[in-house]
Amino acid sequence: MAGYRVNKTYAEINEKIRSGQVVVATAEEIIDIVDEKGAEEAARTVDVVTTGTFSPMCSSGAFFNFKQSVPAIKASNVWFNNVPAYGALAAVDCFLGATEPCEEDPLNKVWPGEFNYGGGHVIQDLVAGRTVHMRATGYGTSCYPKREEEREISIDDLPQAILCNPRNGYQNYNCAINLTNKTIYTYLGTLKPKGGNANYSTAGQLSPLFNDPYYKTIGLGTRIFLGGGIGYVTWHGTQHKPTAQRSKNGIPMSPAGTMWVMGDLKQMSPDWLVGISMQGYGVSLAVGLGVPIPILNEEIVRYTAVADEDIHCQVVDYGNDYPNGVDRNYGYVSYAALKSGMIHVNGKEVPTVPVSSVVKAREIAMRLKKWIENGEFFIGEPQFTLPVS
Amino acid sequence: MYSKILVLQFPSGEVKKPVVCYLTKYYDLSFNILKATIFPRKEGIMVLELSGSKKNFKNGVQYLKNQGVVVKNASQEVTRDNSKCIHCGACTAVCPTGALSIKRPEMWVAFDQKKCSVCELCVRACPTRAMKIQPSSETFFE
Repeated sequence: MAGYRVNKTYAEINEKIRSGQVVVATAEEIIDIVDEKGAEEAARTVDVVTTGTFSPMCSSGAFFNFKQSVPAIKASNVWFNNVPAYGALAAVDCFLGATEPCEEDPLNKVWPGEFNYGGGHVIQDLVAGRTVHMRATGYGTSCYPKREEEREISIDDLPQAILCNPRNGYQNYNCAINLTNKTIYTYLGTLKPKGGNANYSTAGQLSPLFNDPYYKTIGLGTRIFLGGGIGYVTWHGTQHKPTAQRSKNGIPMSPAGTMWVMGDLKQMSPDWLVGISMQGYGVSLAVGLGVPIPILNEEIVRYTAVADEDIHCQVVDYGNDYPNGVDRNYGYVSYAALKSGMIHVNGKEVPTVPVSSVVKAREIAMRLKKWIENGEFFIGEPQFTLPVS
Repeated sequence: MYSKILVLQFPSGEVKKPVVCYLTKYYDLSFNILKATIFPRKEGIMVLELSGSKKNFKNGVQYLKNQGVVVKNASQEVTRDNSKCIHCGACTAVCPTGALSIKRPEMWVAFDQKKCSVCELCVRACPTRAMKIQPSSETFFE
């Protein structure tokens, strides 16, 4: 390719993985490497940069096929451990969403609700090898006469179990504060009144889409770490908004790109798919996700060298502005400031609270690095990359 | 000021003596009775919060023991199930004493039980339900 001094192909990088000569760095390690060697030399040396993130990701769920019974049933309504799944697919196919609460959960009737069990927890129970109680009802047809079915099932009993998350790995997200006079409970955690704390949720410099801000290597067919197993990026995620305003380094200033990801649930692990209860908000699923960035040239390695100081997000009031659709922010803060534990909003010091686990994100990047170094994981070349406009 | 919640078990012969009253009279301790029951066989159980200086507290408890009262600790503590903790940090929003804090720059969540006031706010704020409330020593009716 014209214009670059270093040019590598996916095939060349995969050949290096096969021969054991591949050089892999995590998204944290590459920062110092590029700093010391410069982008061109770093791009020559390093072949892959691994990223990671571990956070509640509400737009997650799983497709299940649970095998026909005798006599056969057209399962219109399906429950797993009393959590409803969507059954309006073929007879014994269904989709279980991560944010579906258990039926008879008091929800927010006693405020703030606890939301102890839901779709995310069912998914974690299944990957942990635990048995769940399945119930299905149908209205009865000539070909599917059975009307009710109950079974104890484990993941091994399911012919197919596929994690399918329409929106994961948000490229940048809001930092939330609450400027009202009462404590509020949000999907970003508990927010104390009068700007008592500022909550944020991304892995910063480790986060996948911050390391490839223009999606030059990510698209349909990108092989990824997903829930402890191997998954794929299959589409751009819902709410993908590449046109968000960007700073000079290409990093969006507000929520921008997203990924649609899929993978075989059967090879995933309960350590990396964790059912979540957000007080006063609902249930969800914390997903471990890691994307390897192939260093095709010096431009890409320069993107992967992004550090927390270079990533900024907007501070948004979740007490009044966010629920009422008021497009306003209270300034921009860097992830370095957020991770330091204190930011300034309206001239006032506000302690920060993360909702995303950097510890787990780092471990994902390290694991992915090991997989590639051991020749167990090859880089998937995308058929096309995520849209940039 | 030292304060603890205690479970007192009175053998059947002892329930008639106003021993708790003497804690105030002789040991300058204040008490708040949380529960008191006399069972059919005349043995009694009382749960109270006892407060005073540490020295008086110790002497008062010794006095109770000398009277044949069985004294047990009923206080609760918050513990963390480390296998469940994902080190997200959400709990640090609600912890008023700094018992739960983030260790920088690694960003893991430390739990210092000595600083914990057992307010229990973290129990419901923890997204993975890793924080548990439990009796700090023996269980109530052991």
